[in-house]
Amino acid sequence: MKSVLPVLTVTLAILALWYAAVVPMNAQWERDQAARAGTELTTAELVTRTMSQSRPRLPAPHQVAVELWNSTWVEERHGRRGLWNTGTLSNRSLVHHGWITLLATFLGFAIGTTLGFALAVGIVYNRAMDASVMPWAIASQTIPIIALAPMIIVVLNSVGISGLLPKAIIAAYLSFFPVVVGMVKGLRAPDAMQLDQMKTWNASGLQGFLKLRLPSSMPYFFASMKIGIAASLVGTIVGELPVQQGGLGVRLLTGSYYGQTVQIWSALFAAAILAAAMVGAIGVIQRLTLKRMGLSS
Amino acid sequence: MTAPSMPTPVIAAENLNLIFDTADGAVQALKDVNLTIAKGDFVSFIGPSGCGKTTLLRVIADLEQPTSGTITVNGMTPDAARRARAYGYVFQAAGLYPWRTIEGNVKLPLEIMGYSAEERRQRAARVLDLVELTGFEKKFPWQLSGGMQQRASIARALAFDADILLMDEPFGALDEIVRDRLNEELLKLWDRTQKTIAFVTHSIPEAVYLSTRIVVMSPRPGRITDIIDSPLPRHRPLDIRDSPEFIEIAHRVREGLRAGHVED
Repeated sequence: MKSVLPVLTVTLAILALWYAAVVPMNAQWERDQAARAGTELTTAELVTRTMSQSRPRLPAPHQVAVELWNSTWVEERHGRRGLWNTGTLSNRSLVHHGWITLLATFLGFAIGTTLGFALAVGIVYNRAMDASVMPWAIASQTIPIIALAPMIIVVLNSVGISGLLPKAIIAAYLSFFPVVVGMVKGLRAPDAMQLDQMKTWNASGLQGFLKLRLPSSMPYFFASMKIGIAASLVGTIVGELPVQQGGLGVRLLTGSYYGQTVQIWSALFAAAILAAAMVGAIGVIQRLTLKRMGLSS
Repeated sequence: MTAPSMPTPVIAAENLNLIFDTADGAVQALKDVNLTIAKGDFVSFIGPSGCGKTTLLRVIADLEQPTSGTITVNGMTPDAARRARAYGYVFQAAGLYPWRTIEGNVKLPLEIMGYSAEERRQRAARVLDLVELTGFEKKFPWQLSGGMQQRASIARALAFDADILLMDEPFGALDEIVRDRLNEELLKLWDRTQKTIAFVTHSIPEAVYLSTRIVVMSPRPGRITDIIDSPLPRHRPLDIRDSPEFIEIAHRVREGLRAGHVED
């Protein structure tokens, strides 16, 4: 509860800055309109108008909030294509698009985490992999994903793979990396003494892994997964751009085609809320697990 | 030195040499080490840092391999002895797993060695009683003091009934008062369990108080300069440290350490 006040303060400061920026960002268009109509705008009029444009350069926070509400609850409850009327999610709602993004994010995260974990085990146990894998893993992350995503989609499509999997693979491409880096560090967390100790008990390699290295790596694993799932979401959104089969990425893209800035911002916020929820969920699992392990004091 | 009759040497080293290749060239960690340890002995290795006392213990434990010479543990090579779980090793740090309770930590080597759940429970209870940690089974290591943690690590080394206990400065990080108590307890434990103990320390009073034999070592190259058989009785109250015999042995150890330094 102690953290509520600072968080609230920062949120309010950001909102204040945002509102302060809305007026000058959108003022030019209002002035032009007024000049064309041959009227003068008072400051009060200017302020209210800049905050209620349909296609503002920078939408006001409340406009984004209203759009978020309308494109979720209102659309599904009252919309012609909404859940209540048709029994299925409306393709105009953020719930529908968020769900598509979420599925690909989870699949990509699962693939990426598994791959990252496997690579980390390989790096820790195999000298050749230790010397060779990491530079490639780092190189893979220096290529802009936006350039790579269409190629992955096209290549996979040509071998008959389309739909969820290509997006998930792009998500995995981003999310495996933090898991590799974190888990290599985590699996190497036991010191020389602890490894010697295992040797004095004549423990097998598998026992050393299961009883020492794996439990030692858990704090690193959760930290990696938090970064990994956020990266996975970014990857999915980027993957959705060329695929064009729904998802928050598509909402962003169509928003920018038609100059629907309010829609873009609400999709952005939907993505941010999704990311926060997923990172938060991993945080809860982390706390429960580490508490059970006696690692949190 | 007057060697007592040794029917079955538990540890026997002959002309042991160990040379480490380091970035600064070869370092002779052990030079021509000859030593026999009989069953039931409490042997301390004492010397300044770099004298090879820990290295010697690690050779016995098969954690380092000698460059030349022979060494047997229970009549086997150190490697075979390690695989036969001939010894328990207590490190300088307790090295308890923070995610395991005290009982869980003591059970760890037993799990690795494949004891049944019931056997693990019984053995853990017995050794925890031996180090007077009954009642702390469900605590996590961070909830215990440093001295209690080290006692738990001794219990862990005792749990699988190896008849040799190798201890590498186990009380080095503890304060004087705790150390005194643990020394006293260790002697009682040694008396009750009849184990052979090899104990590395750099404290003269600790070495003299605990040992039946004191091996004095000196550095560059690491070698044995003196082996002292203690005339002190097996049963030793703490105030034996004020007796003339104790002071005399301590004096001899000190002389041995000084001689090693002069030669440099």
